[in-house]
Amino acid sequence: MLQISTWKRVVIWGFTALILFMAVPNLFYGRVESHNDAIKQIDAAGETPELAAAAAGWPSWMPSGLVNLGLDLRGGAYLLADVQVADVYADRMNGYWPEVRDVLREKRDTVGSIRRVDGPADELHVRIANPEAMAEAIAAVREISRPIVSIAGAGSNDIEVRGQGDVLIVSLSDAEKTATDDRTLRQSLEIVRRRVDEAGTREPSIQRQGETRIIIQVPGLGSAQELKDLIGQTAKLTFHGVVSRTSDATAEPGPRNFIAPSMNEAGTYYILESDYVVSGEDLTDAQPSFDQNGRPAVSFRFDPTGARKFGDYTAENIGSPFAIVLDNEVISAPTIQDHIAGGSGIITGNFTIEESTQLAVLLRAGALPAEMTFLQERTIGPELGQDSIEAGRVATLVAFVAVLVFMALSYGLFGLFANIALIINVGLIFGLLSIIGATLTLPGIAGIVLTIGMAVDANVLVFERIREELKTARGPSRAIELGYEKALSAILDANITTFITAAILFALGSGPVRGFAVTLGLGILTSVFCAIYITRLLIVSWFERRRPKTIEV
Amino acid sequence: MRLKLVPSETNWDFFKRWHLTFGASALAMVASVVLFFAVGLNFGIDFLGGTTIRTESTQAVDVGAYRQAIAPLDLGDVSITEVFDASFDADQHVAQIRIQQQEGHEAITEETISALESALKAIDPAITFPSVESVGPKVSGELIRTAIEAVVLAIAAVLFYIWLRFEWQFSIGAVAALIHDVTLTIGIFCLLQIRFDLTIIAALLTIVGYSINDTVIVFDRVRENLRRYKQKALTDVLNISINETMSRTVMTSGTTLLALVALYVLGGDVIRGFVFAMIWGIVVGTYSSIFVASPILLWLGVKRDWSKPSQGGGTQYANIDA
Repeated sequence: MLQISTWKRVVIWGFTALILFMAVPNLFYGRVESHNDAIKQIDAAGETPELAAAAAGWPSWMPSGLVNLGLDLRGGAYLLADVQVADVYADRMNGYWPEVRDVLREKRDTVGSIRRVDGPADELHVRIANPEAMAEAIAAVREISRPIVSIAGAGSNDIEVRGQGDVLIVSLSDAEKTATDDRTLRQSLEIVRRRVDEAGTREPSIQRQGETRIIIQVPGLGSAQELKDLIGQTAKLTFHGVVSRTSDATAEPGPRNFIAPSMNEAGTYYILESDYVVSGEDLTDAQPSFDQNGRPAVSFRFDPTGARKFGDYTAENIGSPFAIVLDNEVISAPTIQDHIAGGSGIITGNFTIEESTQLAVLLRAGALPAEMTFLQERTIGPELGQDSIEAGRVATLVAFVAVLVFMALSYGLFGLFANIALIINVGLIFGLLSIIGATLTLPGIAGIVLTIGMAVDANVLVFERIREELKTARGPSRAIELGYEKALSAILDANITTFITAAILFALGSGPVRGFAVTLGLGILTSVFCAIYITRLLIVSWFERRRPKTIEV
Repeated sequence: MRLKLVPSETNWDFFKRWHLTFGASALAMVASVVLFFAVGLNFGIDFLGGTTIRTESTQAVDVGAYRQAIAPLDLGDVSITEVFDASFDADQHVAQIRIQQQEGHEAITEETISALESALKAIDPAITFPSVESVGPKVSGELIRTAIEAVVLAIAAVLFYIWLRFEWQFSIGAVAALIHDVTLTIGIFCLLQIRFDLTIIAALLTIVGYSINDTVIVFDRVRENLRRYKQKALTDVLNISINETMSRTVMTSGTTLLALVALYVLGGDVIRGFVFAMIWGIVVGTYSSIFVASPILLWLGVKRDWSKPSQGGGTQYANIDA
């Protein structure tokens, strides 16, 4: 008959109470948020009286997980960036050149003299003097290829070598390209994260999407443009030897040289050696500072290898100019006065203080391995978000009250039981959202409202069934039991199908749509739980105490 | 004293005029398809690419003046609509400006946006831009593809699940009802030219979920009654089942609509299209469970002997004991 064992009751109520407890911080959103921020700051930068006070604003033994507010509710900037992974292939090919050159030089007797010629950026083209010896040259270069260490690329080598007339062509194999792409994206993610963190905004979210994309969401930022300024720049810093200076943008730079415009003097171009002396990767630190004339500048320090390379180069080239190049623009091209041994230096240009600070941040965070293009961007003002929260809150409350009244009017006492379960249900949704750290978006609020409407469905099914059973069954207790038993199959079927669509929405959707799928999916789980456990427990407990002869549903 | 929307005992014949209801549904579907090809959907930038800018000002919106201010920028097709909402303050005037995809750019260039913003600032110094959104052509193409994939996948998954739990005739009926609902929703969006963006796809999928929910409830009862009334004609069994579940159908649709209407009126203009799609979908979805899914079941016929456990499906869950 209508019996539920004590331990089951304890488990159901305990579980419910636990999740509701996790939802509590959301009732004190502002206080908990400043508590969390203060804890983080104390962790990072030590304690101050104000921070300690803010941290004490919420008891530390209470849970402090909050439902994150999405950008559409909080305001902020969103970017979808596409990493140009193919950019890296050229760098990789340049990296292979010395090795290829060395093996081919060893075979000079048969292959003859060799020379690197221009080809597509992702291939290395080498012209050899004796085309007859091509087979031997190819075999020699193949010797330096390495097997790929990855599951997907097992059994293949990193480079492919082929001959075309008297030109030997080296390119990356497809498996190596895939592995390189993956590495490029991870590096980009890491560097974007560092740059955004350096800028010190709250709870940025930086995620990988698919093979080549990154989604960046920064709440509280004024505009997407600010975000682009911060992360859009490759910030590749290199030091090159200067061949000459010209005002002709179309000047022929000559083999293995390139031409770059000056950042500050319009119409001035430098012809530079393609192989750089040192690069941003050799830096250990960069700070904004001032030069001897008091103008903003960036001071930097090389790591030991970088310091040695830079020291050797300056010792050998006293009196000739070298260029400091940032993203293919010459910041400055000073003449080497002396052997610079200490491994530190200063970059001057016509910087403003903001620019020098920004450049220092970019140099510290490191260069992006490849350029990024932006496919989608969104800026949402904080006031709009606040309006949406306000509208959402009012709508949810009204919907909630309307449904409660409707249920009470339709089912009387049983309606009240369902209403208690519905209130618990909404609490459970917020508890679960806090536990999994989900983000609440505007469509997410719609999902909750929809759940409020639909959550009563399971109860309605049961109540209607009990009504029917009351006409035929032997007594109220039997009717309640049968009502639950027979409605169960319909409840499960109906909710599983809805859950399937929520899951598909979650898998294929992005951004706000995903937020909707999360609240809808969680709402289905909690409403089924509430209907078949909580309402039932309430009814059974009531029934045990009162033992009514007849019931009205 | 109880509020009763449906009498406790109903004995309505839902198939007496099935020619009429079925014909009306078929006609509405055809009309939707025609509208889709003749008028088309008012696609948002999610699917077309381009930029939308939301403006807000204490001065009244003058669409003509806005248009004149923007015209010299030569941005191609620009649409400006004023937004009205009950939740706005008296001096809060909102407009939505949509710019088409600029040729040769993956995402819109910042110069275009700032040029537009300063042009508008020149005619209305109090104007602010609470939201700016750009979608490049590459992404919008993918979004369309994923959206279609999602809807098709959802329908397929539901088809499979119903087939697993019931019989294939039930799944055909359920899916016909789903296609009916999705088509009619797209039709009403064509007719009213409400902006169709990514969130509407989410609404469509929710409609799929809700409609199937409703259909399954009726079918579950049909299955049960097929076991109980072995001798009755299928029409009668279907009628009894729909009548028995009528009270529940009205209650659930009622509470859901109540909640959604609250959201429609009070939830702000940003999600109004989304909520509209859902309200429409719930009305149509409830209708289609009775007047589309069931007649198809009637037409296809079903296995009548449920006394033996079947091989193909139709298994019920074991009862869960609380």
